[in-house]
Amino acid sequence: MNPLIILASGVATGTVLLYATVGEIFSERSGVLNLGVEGMMLVGAMTAYKTTANLQNPWLGLLFAMLAAGLISQVHAYFAVTLQADQVVSGLSLNFLATGISLVLGEGLTSLRDVVPELPSFSIPLLADIPWIGDVFFTNQSIMVYIGFIFIPLAWYYINRTRPGMHLRAIGEYPAAADTQGIRVYLLRYFYIFIGGCFAGLAGATISLSISPGWFGALTTAGQGWIAVGLVIFARWDPVRAAFGGYIFGALRRFVLDVQGPATILGFANPFFANPNLGFFMKMLPYAFTVVALVIGSREANRKRIGTPAALGLPYIRGQRGL
Amino acid sequence: MSDATRTTLKSKLPFKIKIEPRLDDPPGWYSPLLSLAAVIFALLIGALVIWIGGGDPWKAYSHIARYSFGSIGVLSDTFVKAIPLMLVGLACTIAFRMKLWNIGAEGQFFLGAYGASMIVLLPVLPEDAPQWLFILVMAISGMFFGALWAFIPALLKARFNVNEIISTLMLNYIAVEWNNYFIYAVWSEGGFQMSKMFQRNAWLPRLSDYAKEIPAFRGLTTHFGLVFALIAAVILWWVLTKSQWGYEIRLIGDNPRAAEYAGISIKKNIVFVMLVSGALAGLAGMSEITGVVHRLQGAISPGYGFTGIIIAWLAKLNPLAVILVSVLFGALILAGREVQPAGIPTLIQGVIMVSLIASDYFLRNRVSFVRRLEE
Amino acid sequence: MAEPVKNEQVTNVVEMQGIIKEFPGVLANDRVDFDLRQGEVHALLGENGAGKSTLMNVLAGLYRAESGLINVHGKPANFNSPRDAIEAGIGMVHQHFMLVPSQSVTENVLLGLDEPRFRMNLTKYNQKIDEIAKHYGLHVDPTAKIWQLTVGEQQRVEILKMLYRGADVLIMDEPTAVLAPTEIDELFKTLKAMTAEGKSIVFISHKLHEVMAISDRVTVLQKGKITSAGIETKDITRADLARLMVGREVVFRVEKKPIQPGDTVLEVENLHAENDKGVPALRGVSLNVREGEIVGVAGVAGNGQSELAETLVGLRTILKGNVTVGGNDVTNKPVKLGIRSGISLIPADRTLVGTAPNLSVTDNVIMKNYDQAPIGKGLTVNSTAAGSYASDLKDSYEIMVPTIETSVRLLSGGNLQKVILAREISSDPNLMIAVQPTRGLDVGAIEGVQKLLLAQQENGAAILLISEELEELLSLSDRIYVIYEGEIMGEVSDGNVNTIGQMMTGLRFEEIEQTQGGENV
Repeated sequence: MNPLIILASGVATGTVLLYATVGEIFSERSGVLNLGVEGMMLVGAMTAYKTTANLQNPWLGLLFAMLAAGLISQVHAYFAVTLQADQVVSGLSLNFLATGISLVLGEGLTSLRDVVPELPSFSIPLLADIPWIGDVFFTNQSIMVYIGFIFIPLAWYYINRTRPGMHLRAIGEYPAAADTQGIRVYLLRYFYIFIGGCFAGLAGATISLSISPGWFGALTTAGQGWIAVGLVIFARWDPVRAAFGGYIFGALRRFVLDVQGPATILGFANPFFANPNLGFFMKMLPYAFTVVALVIGSREANRKRIGTPAALGLPYIRGQRGL
Repeated sequence: MSDATRTTLKSKLPFKIKIEPRLDDPPGWYSPLLSLAAVIFALLIGALVIWIGGGDPWKAYSHIARYSFGSIGVLSDTFVKAIPLMLVGLACTIAFRMKLWNIGAEGQFFLGAYGASMIVLLPVLPEDAPQWLFILVMAISGMFFGALWAFIPALLKARFNVNEIISTLMLNYIAVEWNNYFIYAVWSEGGFQMSKMFQRNAWLPRLSDYAKEIPAFRGLTTHFGLVFALIAAVILWWVLTKSQWGYEIRLIGDNPRAAEYAGISIKKNIVFVMLVSGALAGLAGMSEITGVVHRLQGAISPGYGFTGIIIAWLAKLNPLAVILVSVLFGALILAGREVQPAGIPTLIQGVIMVSLIASDYFLRNRVSFVRRLEE
Repeated sequence: MAEPVKNEQVTNVVEMQGIIKEFPGVLANDRVDFDLRQGEVHALLGENGAGKSTLMNVLAGLYRAESGLINVHGKPANFNSPRDAIEAGIGMVHQHFMLVPSQSVTENVLLGLDEPRFRMNLTKYNQKIDEIAKHYGLHVDPTAKIWQLTVGEQQRVEILKMLYRGADVLIMDEPTAVLAPTEIDELFKTLKAMTAEGKSIVFISHKLHEVMAISDRVTVLQKGKITSAGIETKDITRADLARLMVGREVVFRVEKKPIQPGDTVLEVENLHAENDKGVPALRGVSLNVREGEIVGVAGVAGNGQSELAETLVGLRTILKGNVTVGGNDVTNKPVKLGIRSGISLIPADRTLVGTAPNLSVTDNVIMKNYDQAPIGKGLTVNSTAAGSYASDLKDSYEIMVPTIETSVRLLSGGNLQKVILAREISSDPNLMIAVQPTRGLDVGAIEGVQKLLLAQQENGAAILLISEELEELLSLSDRIYVIYEGEIMGEVSDGNVNTIGQMMTGLRFEEIEQTQGGENV
C-alpha cells in the first residue's frame, strides 16, 4: 500500500470524475440541472467500447462516445428548456432512458475484453523525474489524465475570462437580462447541456477505454455520475475546485481497494487484511464522503449565499406577462 | 404596406398550430387519458427498438402479456412482483407530493430487508415464536430501519439544506454494502453469500398455504404483503386528501414560502414525510424478504426503488392509482426478464417516463389548430 | 382612431401602426398607433395592465406583435429579437432591471455585444465606460458588482448600457417607481440632457404628476386601446389625463373618517435583523401602531421594508430588540403563534409568497385556519366547512372565479389580491401588516383594496401599511414613518411631502428641522 501509488491512481480515477463534474458545471452554470449524468456516462462508456471494438480505433471511440452522450442529453434539453418541465423529473427520466439504451446496445460487449484497443498511457519525460509530484501526476498515466490537466485551467479561463463565458454565467444567473441583450438563452442552454453531455460521455469513455477498461453494464460507472453531481455543489461551480474534489475522491476509491493488501500498516496489524469483510465498510467511504462533501458545500453556500447560479432549475419563459 | 414588414409568422399551411397555456383546469378524465397515451406511445417506441434490434415486437409483447396475465398462476406472480412496487411507489408518492425527491427508496428497501432479517437471524425472537408475532415484529423492524435510513438525508436537508437527491442516492450504495457485509461476514450460510433460510413461521402467509381449504389457491404465490400494500394505499390516500397533515404536505409541495407564511414548519415536515416514505420502502423490503426470498441475500431487488419513482409519477401521485400502475409494472418486470436483450424493460421504463413528461406539457397547455386570418 | 398631428419640421424616429398583441385570454394591444419625434420625451400613460409595457416590449423586440407595422427612421423594421431593436438604435430600460447581480458594471454593459470577441480585457473597457458615464453625469464605478449598488445606481447602469450601444431611442419603463424624490430630479436632468443631444425618450408611467413634469407629448392607453394619441402635454390638464386613463372621473382621495386611536397594539423596539445575504437590513427600528390607526412606512424599495414585515410575523429571525403585539411578547415566536394572536400579513408578493398557485381557491383561503374549527376537525380538514367558507368569501369579496375549485394561478392579479385580502381580513385581525397591497392593480381594484383597509381601521384594527407609493401612504395613513437603510429616519403626521422625501434619501427628521427651522411647506 504505497501512498504514491494510491495518489497516482487517485489522479487517474479522479480524471473520470473531473470530466463529468466539469461537464455538469457547464450545464448548471447555464441554469439547467441535469441529473442524467450517470446515464450519459454509461452511454459514453458503451458507445466508446462498441465503436472501438468495431473500428479498432480508440480515438474514434472517444469521439463517438462524446457525440452519443451529447445527443442523448438533448432529450433533457428539449424537456427542460422548450417544454419547461421540472428539471429533476426530466433529468431522472433521462437517466432511466440513457441507462436502458446503453444496456440494450451494450448487450454482449463484455466478452470482447481482449479485442478492444485501449487509449495509450505513458510518462512525461523530465516532469516524471520530479520527486513525489512526478510519481503521482506524470508517471505512466493515461493520456486522458494529461488532457485533464490542460482542460481544467482552460475551462476555468473560459467561464471567468471570456465573452462566451460571461454569457454562460449571465444566462444561469438572470436569463431575462441576457435575453434583452440579444443573447439567445434557449439556444445556449441547449448548447451547454450538449457540452455537459459530451463531457459525461468523455468521462464514460475514459473509464471503458482507459482507466478500468471494459464494459460491465451498469457497474461500469458504479454511481460515479451521481458522485459528480454531488461534487458540483462541493466545487461551488468552479472547475478548479472540481478537479481538486475529483482527485481526492479518486484517491479515496483507490485507497479503499488497496487498504486490504498489506498484512501490516505502519507496524500495526491491518484489520482489513485480517478480516476482508470489513472491506464492505471501506467501499461505503466514497459515497459517505460525497454526502460529507455535500454538507460542506451546502454549508458554505448557505453561509456565503454565493456560488449557486440564481436561475438553476428554473425554466426561462419569455413572452409571459410581466416577463 | 409591404409583406416583409408584417410581424405575423408566415407559413404555407392554411392553418397554424397554436399552443398556449391553459386558462382553466382540464377536465378530470383528461389527465389519466394522457398518461395512458404516454404509456402506449412508450410501448410503440419499445416495439421500434425491439424491431431495430432484430426482434419481433408483436411476439415480445404478446409474450409479456401471456407470461404476466395469461393465467391465474402467472397473474399471481405478477402480483408478487407488484407488491414491493406498490409500497415503494407509495413511498415515493408521499415524498414527491411535497417535492421532496427521495431517490433513496432502493436503499431504504435494503435496510427494511435487513431490519426484518435481523429478527430471525440475530435472533430477536425465539425460533418458535408464533407467526403473527414474527410478522408484526419484522414489519415494525423493517419500517423502523427504512425510516432510519431516510432520517439521515431528512436531517441533513432540514439542518444544512443538503440536496436530498444526491444524499439519498449515495445512501443507496451504502445500504447495499451494509447488507453485503452481513451476508458475507455475519450471517453467511456455509460460505455462500446469503443467510440461512428463515423458518416457516417467519414467512408471510401465501395463498398456496390455504390450498387445503381452497384448492383453487394451489401453487399461488401471492402473499400477505398485498394486504400491507392495500392498507398502506388507503391510509396514504386518506392522509393526503383528507387530513390536515396532507393539506400541509400539498401546500409545501406547491409553494413552500406560502406554507412558511401560513405558519407551517417545513423542516418538521421534511423529517416526518421522509420518515413515512422510508418506512414504506422499508416495509416493501420486509415483505419481499419474508414473502418471497425467505432469506437475506444480495440480489433482492431488480431496482424496485427506482421503478417506484416512475410508478408514483405515472399514478400522478395518487396512492390508489399507484396500486393499479404497480400491477402493470409488475407484469413488465416479471415477463420482461425473458425478453432479449435484457435492458429492454429498463429502456421501456425510461421511455414511459419521458413520454409522461411530454404529456404533462399538454396538461398545462392547450394545442389548437387555428385557421389563418385573411389579411 | 385619432391620427397624430403631423408637423413638417419634426421627424418621427419611430412610427408604430395597428399593433395587435395578444396574450392567452387578454388582448394586450388592440390596433395601437404610436409615434415618437426626435428629441422629445413622449409619455406613455396608462393604468397597470393597460398595455404600455407590452407595446414597448414589441418595439424593443422582446415580443412579436400578432400584426402591425413598425417604422424606425422611416424604414420598415421587423424585429425578431431585442438584438435587432438595439441595432436599430432602440434601447429599453425595464421596470425590473435587466442586470446580472453577480457581474460587474462593465460586464453588464458589454453583455451581448460582439466586441470583445473572446478575451475580456476589462481594464480597457472600464475606462471607456467611465468616459461615457462622465459625459452624461451618470456616476457609477465600472468595476463594482451590481449587487453592491443602490437601486438608483443600477438604473444608471441600465441607461449607460443603452448609451454604450448607441441607442438614440430610449424607452424607460416606470423609471421613477424605485427612486427617492431627489433621485427622480436627477434622473429627469439626465433625460433632459439626452434629449438636448437629439435622443428621443419614451417615458412609461401611471403617475400623472410625473408625466406632466417631464413629457413633451403624451399618449394614453386604456385596456389595450389608445384613448388619446400624441397630445402636447402643455395643452392638457391633469384631470383630463386621469379621465382618459381610467375612462371615468377619478376621485383622487378616498373617504377617510376621523377615528380616535385606542391602545397601542404593535410596539417595536430597537429591532435588528439581517437580510437573506446576511447583511444587516434592520438596524434599530422602533415604531408603534395603535388600535384604529393606519400607520404608513415610506421608503425607497430595498431599505428593509420586506425584512421589517417578515420579522414582525415571525418569518425572519430577530437578532436584537423586541416586538409586542397586544401586550404579548412575540419576539422570535413561531409564525403560527402570531396568527393565533391576531396578526395578519398581506405580503408584497402575491404569487411568490401569498398563494399556492396550483391549489384551489378553497385551499388558498383556508391557509391560516385549516387546523381551526370548524374547518379543522380532529385530524381532518372538513371539506364541507371549507367549501362553504370559501363560497362565502367568494361572494362577499366578489372574487371573480368560475368555481372555488379553480386553481388560483388562473386568477387575475386583482382577483388574486382579493383572495389574499379575504383570507387575511376574515380572521378579524388585531394587527394587519399590509405590504404594497395595491401594487400592479388597476384603479378600480386599488380603490377596492383601500376601502377594505379603511373598513378594517373602522373596525378597530391596527394597520401597518408598508408602501413605496407615496400618494397612497398620504391618503390612507394617520402617521408615516420613513425608513432608510434599515433605520427609521423620523415620523410625520402632517403629511409633509418635502420632509418625507428628504428622509427617504437618508436625512434624519432632526436634521431637516434644523435646516428648515421646522417650516411647514
